[in-house]
Amino acid sequence: MKPYARPRYWNEPRMSWYERAYFFEVVRGLRITGRIFLRNMWKWITGRKGALTTYYPEEKRPDYAPANRGKHILVQRADGKPQCIACNLCATVCPAKVIEIEAAFDPSDEKRPKYPARFEIDYSRCVFCGLCVEACPEDAIRMLPEVPNLPSFDRDRMWLGKDELLNWNPRDDGAKR
Amino acid sequence: MILQDLLVTLILIGYAVGVLLTFGTILTWVERKQAAIMSDRIGANRAYVRIPFTDVKLVALGLFHGMADGLKMMLKEDFRPKTYDQLAYTLGPWVTFVPVLLVFAVIPFGGVLDPGRLVPAAAGWFEGRTYTMQIAKLDAGLLVIFAFGGITIIGAMLSGWSSNNKFSLLGALRAGSQMISYEVVMALTILGLVLIWGTVDLNEIVQRQSGRVFHFLPAWGIVLQPFAAVLFLVAAIAENKRIPFDLPEAESELIAGYYTEYSAMKMGLFMFAEFIEIAIVGALFTTLFLGGYNLPYMDDGGFILGGGPIGLPHWIMVPTQLGVFLLKVLAVCSFQILIRWSLPRFRYDQLLAFAWKFMFPLAFANLAVTAIVLWLMERA
Repeated sequence: MKPYARPRYWNEPRMSWYERAYFFEVVRGLRITGRIFLRNMWKWITGRKGALTTYYPEEKRPDYAPANRGKHILVQRADGKPQCIACNLCATVCPAKVIEIEAAFDPSDEKRPKYPARFEIDYSRCVFCGLCVEACPEDAIRMLPEVPNLPSFDRDRMWLGKDELLNWNPRDDGAKR
Repeated sequence: MILQDLLVTLILIGYAVGVLLTFGTILTWVERKQAAIMSDRIGANRAYVRIPFTDVKLVALGLFHGMADGLKMMLKEDFRPKTYDQLAYTLGPWVTFVPVLLVFAVIPFGGVLDPGRLVPAAAGWFEGRTYTMQIAKLDAGLLVIFAFGGITIIGAMLSGWSSNNKFSLLGALRAGSQMISYEVVMALTILGLVLIWGTVDLNEIVQRQSGRVFHFLPAWGIVLQPFAAVLFLVAAIAENKRIPFDLPEAESELIAGYYTEYSAMKMGLFMFAEFIEIAIVGALFTTLFLGGYNLPYMDDGGFILGGGPIGLPHWIMVPTQLGVFLLKVLAVCSFQILIRWSLPRFRYDQLLAFAWKFMFPLAFANLAVTAIVLWLMERA
């Protein structure tokens, strides 16, 4: 049996004796990592943060992009009722099937008697795709840049209901009257 | 052995074992945190202890992760493979773990202890006896270290072979050849120091390092033999099977190498032995190359500076020496962790070629040059 010979490739790296001695390059690498360690350690010691990490549930970043798809809101009419007509289009288009709507009938409202009695979103499964916003014919559901603040050890606590979704109340809203 | 000796020795043993186990636990935390800080991260800090009946969660910089790990190891299923050799399988972790602890028996972690001066009330009982702060006062200290260091190889081979698993066997073979190769290099690098000091008694070696070279440099091993210091550290890390020499474990190829079939606290013992060995390597490097438990220009009596010796009282001297030793060990451990998180792994042929074709001739050259220089100095 022939002894194993390592194949030679045309693009094999050519190293100078300095690199091939290994030791000097190791020292260079250690200098880089050691410098970063000392720099970050000095930051930690002097009470600053030596890492880029945002420590999520305790710390929140203020700089979400304006177009970020965060938590949902239900747009309100002038009288404070939801603009939603419980047509179930958002629940139908939702790929993760997280929206649950229970429609109800309000005879006192002549224009839009159908309204959601229950409108719930399960954020433990939501994929934040924004398809519900696009599907809505009434512009009743939108997404804010802020993320829903729901970290929990129990996925049953990651639901938002109609009360929480209806708390968005800007003065100058382009919603239909 | 009389009662006083027994008492002091027991206290020293308790101190040494406590220090080693603490180092083994703390180093898991140090390793995590240092790796995180080196790579711009925060590091593990989610394990907490909640004060009962309140919502106050104590995080303590992530120190509780070690406790959580220990708890996990204890509560895990103790899996046993269908192997032919249950005895060797059970013995494996212990044969790896115990020699690592035993090595520390000959390392001096402090200077002369005079219990009579430390506790004046007991001065009469101790009758002026003094002790070196070292568990076993052997004049063959270095040899004992290599003897015990050799036993760890048997542990790795035993556990790998008795696991009845191909990955384990491969890992064990790799561990065996690697550790034997680097042990040769390690012994050769130290021989230069032994030539210079003419002794293998570790306490004697530390005391010799209180001297001076060229009247101003402390006569530390790293000053006398800088080359040997680098070679020794490399060989010691390879002996400990850590990255960049972690071929026996190589989780991407061999799952976990020779301890693939171990789980729960048996696997924990391997990990613990590895972390304690970091501390042991640190202690050895400190003792041989960094002047042991003494600060520069300091010996058992106090500081020796240009104007004459400055004596220190005994009750300051003992804690200073203990503390200095621990600090130096921690610094070397931290440097080892820096290496572990900086360098990529060798290929296996590179690993053995590095030992036999690079480190071995260099260690030999270092020894030869040392011998010739010493011979010339004796002639002059």
